[in-house]
Amino acid sequence: MTDTSTSMSVSAAPKSPEKIARLKARYRAERRFRFYGRAAIAIAAGILIFLLSSIVYNSIPAFTQNFVELDIELAQDVIDPNFSKDAEIIFAADWQGLIKTSLRREFPEVNSRADKRELYDLVSSGAGDWVRDFVLDNPQAIGSMVRLAVPTSDDIDLLIKGLIDRNLPESDRLVSNKELGWLDHYTARGRVHTQFAWVLFTSGDSREPEMAGLSGAFVGSLLTILVTLAVSFPIGVMAAIYLEELAPKNRITGIIEVNINNLAAVPSIVFGLLGLAVFISFFQMPRSAPLVGGLVLSLMTLPTIIIATRASLASIPPSIREAALGVGASRLQVIFHHVLPLAMPGILTGTIIGLAQAAGETAPLLMIGMMAFIVDTPTDITSKATVLPAQIYMWANNPERAFLPKTSAAIVVLLLFLLSVNATAIYFRKKFEKRW
Amino acid sequence: MNYENENKIQSSGVQVYYGENRALHGIDLNIGANEVTALIGPSGCGKSTFLRCINRMNDVIDGCRVEGSVFIDGDNIYADHMDVVELRARVGMVFQKPNPFPKSVYDNVAYGPRIHGLAPTKEALDHMVETSLKRAGLWQEVHDRLSDSGSSLSGGQQQRLCIARAIAVNPEVVLMDEPCSALDPIATAVIEELIEELKSEYTIVIVTHSMQQASRVSQKTAYFHLGNVVEFGDTKQIFSNPKNSQTEAYISGRIG
Amino acid sequence: MASGHIVASFDEDLGELNTMLTRLGGLAEKQFADAMDALERRDIQNIDEIIARDAELDEMEFNLNERGIEIIALRAPVARDLRRVIVTIKVAAVLERIGDYAKNIAKRSRVIIEHENSKSENVSLARMAALVQQMLNQVLDAYVSGDADLAMDVRDRDMEVDRLHTSLFGEILASMSEGPNQVSAGSHLLFIAKNIERIGDHTTGIAEQIFFLKHGRYPSDERPKADKSSVSALEQS
Repeated sequence: MTDTSTSMSVSAAPKSPEKIARLKARYRAERRFRFYGRAAIAIAAGILIFLLSSIVYNSIPAFTQNFVELDIELAQDVIDPNFSKDAEIIFAADWQGLIKTSLRREFPEVNSRADKRELYDLVSSGAGDWVRDFVLDNPQAIGSMVRLAVPTSDDIDLLIKGLIDRNLPESDRLVSNKELGWLDHYTARGRVHTQFAWVLFTSGDSREPEMAGLSGAFVGSLLTILVTLAVSFPIGVMAAIYLEELAPKNRITGIIEVNINNLAAVPSIVFGLLGLAVFISFFQMPRSAPLVGGLVLSLMTLPTIIIATRASLASIPPSIREAALGVGASRLQVIFHHVLPLAMPGILTGTIIGLAQAAGETAPLLMIGMMAFIVDTPTDITSKATVLPAQIYMWANNPERAFLPKTSAAIVVLLLFLLSVNATAIYFRKKFEKRW
Repeated sequence: MNYENENKIQSSGVQVYYGENRALHGIDLNIGANEVTALIGPSGCGKSTFLRCINRMNDVIDGCRVEGSVFIDGDNIYADHMDVVELRARVGMVFQKPNPFPKSVYDNVAYGPRIHGLAPTKEALDHMVETSLKRAGLWQEVHDRLSDSGSSLSGGQQQRLCIARAIAVNPEVVLMDEPCSALDPIATAVIEELIEELKSEYTIVIVTHSMQQASRVSQKTAYFHLGNVVEFGDTKQIFSNPKNSQTEAYISGRIG
Repeated sequence: MASGHIVASFDEDLGELNTMLTRLGGLAEKQFADAMDALERRDIQNIDEIIARDAELDEMEFNLNERGIEIIALRAPVARDLRRVIVTIKVAAVLERIGDYAKNIAKRSRVIIEHENSKSENVSLARMAALVQQMLNQVLDAYVSGDADLAMDVRDRDMEVDRLHTSLFGEILASMSEGPNQVSAGSHLLFIAKNIERIGDHTTGIAEQIFFLKHGRYPSDERPKADKSSVSALEQS
């Protein structure tokens, strides 16, 4: 009687028109819903891809650095006048001066003070460190003439990378025509080359963009996360075990539960204020230290870990516990031999989420002073440090143009950092995963 | 130890409350040694609750209160000085749904002896594991895959593994809470045969929904109803000529 | 009485078994009554019908057996239900035996009727038959109502039947000694009397089964017996 397109019909009986219409409407609705779902995923993925790719694209210039080869006379009387061979004396020599001398020799026509200042601006103000490091490694070279590659200044660097347009008029360009000429002089002689910007990873923060690196922030983040993990993981897991397995179910534990759940929703800056008042003012702990930062972040991470651990423990079926109790295991043996190993995957998942959140936090650390300008790499958890997100914020606020790609590069490093933290935790989670 | 016709377990006035709800109204029941006692009755009659009193598993249930005494070999297991962990090594339990640990077959059986310190050397432990698996009738099937996961066995094998695990700590009493309800008839028959063999060494108390099983497997049967023991006696007599009309009605499948 | 089974068809099965036994009992009763009546009224035609109807009795017992085994296999009855099925099967067998005796009485009655010259009344025989008929009737009632006491009463009355049989035995011996023409009739009468006495014994057997059904054990005391016919002899006058 009636032919229902290609849809599968269950009954062999002919269908009424109403039934066919309903069937078609249902299929249409399903297709629409699937479309909505796919569209949502596409939009979300699109935004994500757009964000990531623009950051990665912007960060690429920061990963390379341009060097210019200078002929430098390693004058004995500048480096080590008394032939003391004392490392400290050598360290403190006027390295930048040697560079300036080299530049002057290269361009003897430069005479005026203003011009000389411009000339010196060709290279980075920290370029002397490169010469110093060379001499410290090769003390026998003192007294000779060497050709060393030293980093260019930030504007020159940007120019070579093309981020500053040569073809702009001089007043709009940050690099003067004279500087351009000097640069071309070296370029024509093949004495300008690009290298991987190790400085991004080896050096701490600096006023000079070309010298600025992430080592301080990276180590600071690492130390802070370690402190956070060391404090929040055991306390969180133990608290959850107690609340879930051992505590009697009465009003007090109920109140504790509610409060823990609420803590997870407290704005992070409040924890910063708490840290300031309690850890720094009352306990007199050192400001800007990963210890304090870690403690503050662990207060934030604690509720997340407790909630995730409790959920994980609760998901273990009582049959496992009963089996262990039946064989004569004590409460603690049941928890540590049977329940905890099975709950580990869930606990670690919660920990990953909590730590990832903590690694990206800035506001609470602001309050305890980890937004400071830290040049040296922190050595332990009580030395001054900053964290990657804070570093990103500070660089983003810096007006110097060269900090733009560096900020993007810092974001990329932060993302990779989080990825590796996650990967480590996932590795441990896989190790613990057992089928039951 | 052979207590012929002596009572292994004696309960006296056992009452169990779940919160305000009274589940058991004063149970006085004597379980004989080296025989199988079956507890039957409709759902919610308290037979499982009573079973769990014998190894104090009710202690772990929140809001559950037990009054009265249960004597095993004359010792009141609810006395203050009684160590629950020791008790549960003397009184083992097998549950309704097979619940092997998520460990290897070997570790499942070895866990109990390990935590109770029953095997000083690896050889002693190996021997204990082998003996238990043999007694549970599982050795033949698993001796070449002791390191396989416990959950890789079939349902019937898993339940026998749980039995092996329970007897590995050399208990005196084995409690079974509907051990065959999740198994097929062949696996059930294998376990019933196993129970028959085990009773010469252990005292067995089995809760079962199947009256046929109770009549096949036990020497004594107690009929529970609404938290009371309505009748307790020889299985032969309960099923051929019960004294109480309520018992008769239940076993015949009659209403009321 | 106990209430019905939760599975109603179990009740129906047991009910059907009961009905079959009641009908079987009714037919056995009728066969016996008809046989005695035929002898009384010297009605040969009826005798043929009685003999033919025994096949029906046999078939009923066969069906009841089958049904009983079916119920045991499928329902796994316990306690009272099991006793009921077992008792019903056993009583059916007894009733079939009673039917056989009734058929035998009818056969022998025919011989007596065909060969007798004059109708002779036998009061004792009639009285014994009436008593046993009443016993059979009472025991079947007791089965239906489940009254064990009523059943046990039948058992006591068998003593009376035994005594009657003993004296009847003597009577028939005496009448046979009066003349050779009495011998064939007398012999058959002896057998008929024995059959009636056996029917009486069987009713007490049924009574004991009814007691077992109700109480789960057999009556403890020995059945009172008073049949001395097996040790009787004619007094040498």
